[in-house]
Amino acid sequence: MSSRSLAIIYVIAAVVAVAGLAEATYLTLLNLLGETAVCGASQGCAEVLGSKYAKIGPIPLAGLGAVAYFAVFSFATFAACGYARARKFFAGSVFAMFAATFFLLYLQAFVLHAFCRYCLISAALIFFLTGVATVAPIASDSRDP
Amino acid sequence: MKRSLPFVVVGLVAAVTLISSTVFFRAKKAAQQAALAAGILLPAAGGHSLGADNAAVTLEEFGDYQCPPCAGVSGALHEMEKEFQPDLKIVFRNFPLPVHAHAQQAALVAEAAGLQGKFWEMHDLLYAQQSRWSVASEVDGMFNSYAAMIGLDLARFKKDLESNEVRQLIGSDQKRGLSAGVEKTPSIFVNGHVIPPAALNPVGLRNAVEAEKSKNSAN
Repeated sequence: MSSRSLAIIYVIAAVVAVAGLAEATYLTLLNLLGETAVCGASQGCAEVLGSKYAKIGPIPLAGLGAVAYFAVFSFATFAACGYARARKFFAGSVFAMFAATFFLLYLQAFVLHAFCRYCLISAALIFFLTGVATVAPIASDSRDP
Repeated sequence: MKRSLPFVVVGLVAAVTLISSTVFFRAKKAAQQAALAAGILLPAAGGHSLGADNAAVTLEEFGDYQCPPCAGVSGALHEMEKEFQPDLKIVFRNFPLPVHAHAQQAALVAEAAGLQGKFWEMHDLLYAQQSRWSVASEVDGMFNSYAAMIGLDLARFKKDLESNEVRQLIGSDQKRGLSAGVEKTPSIFVNGHVIPPAALNPVGLRNAVEAEKSKNSAN
């Protein structure tokens, strides 16, 4: 795979990560405003976003997701600019998010018996990023700082 | 230039995220404050109440039996009614949401039970069993068993379920809620003032009731 093609793949991954960042940030703000604690127009979202699994202590899970998406975006951006080490960090962080997504999907399906569309959109983004991390070669060419 | 490009891009995205989050949060908070400051929900007849009719503080809830946060708040409201006696009256009004497949049916069930004087028993049972019936594809059998559990006349119960009377009770509650701007559940008003979503928890509700109680004592 040429370095230009690789750069394009990482740019696409960065754009997808920004979409995830935007969604996770939005859900974090809704949580802080208390609006995930009520039922409204979306079926399943109150059950999921208002459940005990939506927080780790006082920290909304969506907030941790936003931090993770920002990290993935940062690593993808550096990888697209030729920083080889960033590709490894990108892959590592994406696979960690994939594992977390898998667990959260399990909780929705078998514990909460409810699905939130925002969580499903995030899962789709993570699956795409996992595909990128799997397909893009983790090469140690190009420069490092 | 190319070496600094990723730093610039990442920094820009971080800045845009922080700024837009702050703007959005402030706008939403302002909207919540505006809702709090806007008009009062005037008292009206109807609904089902717990507590003294002449209580100093009235807490009016618009609820949906299939809404998990409503189930969460339900127990706390019962405790508060006992704790603040005789200063607190709790009023429940139906506001079944279209996104919940069985909510309308559950509201009809509770109102039909109410026609036989057992509204609160059915209300509590529906919330207690919410996790079971809300995921069932068919609920008629379950609701009939609840009616039997609380000692209702089943024949009358089934007839009342189909009656216009119970539909109108639910319809008038929904109309009142819509006129007050209710869109989500639970929506709770304390002496006519809407409680913001962030305060829809036992501590927030207690604080709201205490504040109204103190205001009334001062007056």
